[in-house]
Amino acid sequence: MPAVDDYVARIEGTCGKEKDVIVIFKYGKKNEAIARILKKAKTKKSISGIIFEMTFKNFSFRVYSSGKAIFRSIKDKGELQALLFELLF
Amino acid sequence: MLNPQKIRKDFPILRRRINNYPLIYFDNAATTQKPKQVIAAIEGFYENHNANVHRAVHTLSQEASELYENAHEEVANFISANDMEEIIFVRGTTEAINLVAYAWGLRNLKSDDEVIVSLMEHHSNIVPWELLSKIGKFKIKYVNVNNDGTFNYEDFENKISKKTKIVCVSHVSNVSGVVNNVKTLAEVTHEHGALILVDGAQSVPHLPVNVKDSDVDFLAFSGHKMLGPTGIGVLYGKHEILEMMEPFQGGGEMIREVSFNSKLQRCSITWNDLPWKFEAGTPNIAGGIGLMEAVKYLRRIGMENIKRHECVLTEYAMQHLQKLPKAKIYGPREASAKCGIIPFGIGGLGSHDIALFLDNYGVMVRSGFHCAQPLHQIFKLQSSVRVSFYIYNIREEIDRFIEALKEIEQI
Ligand SMILES: Cc1ncc(COP(=O)(O)O)c(C=O)c1O
Repeated sequence: MPAVDDYVARIEGTCGKEKDVIVIFKYGKKNEAIARILKKAKTKKSISGIIFEMTFKNFSFRVYSSGKAIFRSIKDKGELQALLFELLF
Repeated sequence: MLNPQKIRKDFPILRRRINNYPLIYFDNAATTQKPKQVIAAIEGFYENHNANVHRAVHTLSQEASELYENAHEEVANFISANDMEEIIFVRGTTEAINLVAYAWGLRNLKSDDEVIVSLMEHHSNIVPWELLSKIGKFKIKYVNVNNDGTFNYEDFENKISKKTKIVCVSHVSNVSGVVNNVKTLAEVTHEHGALILVDGAQSVPHLPVNVKDSDVDFLAFSGHKMLGPTGIGVLYGKHEILEMMEPFQGGGEMIREVSFNSKLQRCSITWNDLPWKFEAGTPNIAGGIGLMEAVKYLRRIGMENIKRHECVLTEYAMQHLQKLPKAKIYGPREASAKCGIIPFGIGGLGSHDIALFLDNYGVMVRSGFHCAQPLHQIFKLQSSVRVSFYIYNIREEIDRFIEALKEIEQI
């Protein structure tokens, strides 16, 4: 069974009203995770090949080539897990 | 004069590359890197002297006890305390403040009393007082901060009164780097018959601090922010105040005698001498020895030199940041009003976005609230990016940081 945890090392919620969530991909899996996300989601903008501003369905997020992603306005853990699953598989 | 190139050679971690770029460490307000002398001192202790302190007559225990006591002496000299009896080793600033709150506050604060706390405090100098006020029912009065992040001395003078029992204030803000005049604050506090507790987490590592001259009653600071290891910090307290206080925690080491009275079925206890009365249980011996080495290292460089070096870097970084069209610096604009810390933002970008972008270039900065949410409310900010410098940082690193920011401004 494919699982989000195969790719994700840690998820960190930032405090405050912004409700950003930072997803940190596993070191050995980060390139694969980023490649999968870039294939699935739409790239709005890319800066120096370091940041990719992306949209997928109604969500906007940024992916960093160092293996991290920041998701905006995520309601809860369940929503994030479902979104990551769609992006990764 | 401080020679950063020579200093850099003492820090093994600075040889690291992150994402193929040389590491630039600008998160020194969170914790500093460790020189090889400190690492060697900790290793040397475990390899040659490891034993529990004050517990045995054998050679190793004697050596460990002597080293641990020397560490207290070294710290006492560093901040110009009278002697090591005024130096209590704790886990860090947070534990030092909690020690004062519970060992002094719990017994001395009554329902009519007031505690003054500034709004620029780190959460560790707010939360213990809020927690304690739920038990002691005393009132907390918060002193405002001006829009530029500086301490509002007028508001302080308006709020302090005969009801005030303790004033809790940081020497240097961990968000803006603003330096407070703790000598003046101590003078006003004492005129009202109150005590002053200073959070020195961001001052002791960066400026000359002299507790006799500033006349503060308590000073709290962390070893890991001044080249020492994590898990060791200091509470300085005036001798006569510490003598009057009851212990914070109970256990071994902090007692002189525990004798059982079989008739009463109770133990009677006498406390150990200062500072051991406040150091219950086996202490962080290796941490204390690491801290001693860190203090020796800082003293060899000279605190005035460190202050000057950081001031020059701050001024240089602010000049270049101000030239970036989308960058906004929070807090005072003059580097002389602050101490090695610059909070800023770029356009509409989130602070974590900026930090992650810089991380790609090997530049480590802090993003978020920096554990000081009330101050961010005053700045009307969700969060900020913070760069903070130390003895091993150089101008070339600031140039690379600015170049990276120019790229992120395109977003
Ligand atoms: C001003 C200030 N006070 C207190 C603390 C807490 O220090 P520690 O976590 O070492 O106890 C910090 C740490 O960032 C700080 O900057």
